[in-house]
Amino acid sequence: MKRFVIYMLLVAAVAASCTRGERPTGELAVPIVDYSGLEPYLNKSNDTTYIVNFWATWCTPCVEELPHLEKLSREYSNGPVKVLLVNLDFPKYYDSRLLPFLKEHDITAQVIMLDDPDTNTWINKISPEWQGSIPATVIYRGPKRQFFERAFTYEELVEIVEEF
Amino acid sequence: MKTLLISLAIALASLSALAQGVKVGDKAPDFNLKNVDGKMVALSDYKDAKGAVVIFTCNHCPYAQAYEQRIIDLHKTYAAKGYPVIAINPNDPSVQPQDSYELMQQRAKEKGYPFAYLFDEGQLVYPKYGATKTPHVYLLQKRGADFMVEYIGTIDDNYKDESAVKEKYLANAIDALIAGKKLALTETKAIGCTIKVKK
Repeated sequence: MKRFVIYMLLVAAVAASCTRGERPTGELAVPIVDYSGLEPYLNKSNDTTYIVNFWATWCTPCVEELPHLEKLSREYSNGPVKVLLVNLDFPKYYDSRLLPFLKEHDITAQVIMLDDPDTNTWINKISPEWQGSIPATVIYRGPKRQFFERAFTYEELVEIVEEF
Repeated sequence: MKTLLISLAIALASLSALAQGVKVGDKAPDFNLKNVDGKMVALSDYKDAKGAVVIFTCNHCPYAQAYEQRIIDLHKTYAAKGYPVIAINPNDPSVQPQDSYELMQQRAKEKGYPFAYLFDEGQLVYPKYGATKTPHVYLLQKRGADFMVEYIGTIDDNYKDESAVKEKYLANAIDALIAGKKLALTETKAIGCTIKVKK
């Protein structure tokens, strides 16, 4: 019995050390990048219309908008439209909040986490119009680019994508 | 008809001016809002101050929470030097229940806020400033009886880790004002939580 208890304690200790806020290693389902890692996603030169949405799990209007972006991503999977969800949660919540959230909401659109505290530098690079609130969305195709600091309904997204 | 059109145009123009808020160099709009202690507080009440650090912030926003201790520390450092913090919650509690007046009182008590934490009831003040998110900082300096906007933006360059901060934008700006120097940087940007308004 004593040996069993010690064994269980060891198992618990190992499990605890594995989950204590450490970033998973190896290939991540959701990559964590700084602004220089994000930049290529904002500047692809092909015929695809990219919808790059900045959001976080704690942001209520973002969470309300997310199903519309996910739907768009699925409905237009054959059209030259690609949705990229740039997550702005604090990286310490990668395991405890972001990954469970994506699973729970069945998000299949591409997600990357932007971990770059130097916001004063990168916000203006994404758009000088951006005041810094989220949700915010960049829509671009080649050199054509528009920035929106607001949430969209599905119908609004379709309209923008169809007319872009 | 023509006069009507002209007055409409003027009304629209003033509306859009309101929506844009203040810029650096503008006079800061006065306000008179309820503090967490139940008393009304106006910017013009700060008669002996050299300026003020008006921060639109709130209870619920993770960025506001990340900066909460730094806002307390800023007040502790700069109130004595004539630059008190005045925090204003701009959110509509019917949209964001965590930002109700009662929960503001609770938060201020729990954390021992040494500064005024005011409720923008009816959401009339934040549009005059043009605040778009929490936290959103307006550093004001008093000239005569007027408070003038000197700096708009964020507190520093690292929201998630105070120990990794390289540039203390706000503290540097206050120090420069105290020293009578020109500000090197008058505007910065940061991510924040959208101000919650009923649709």
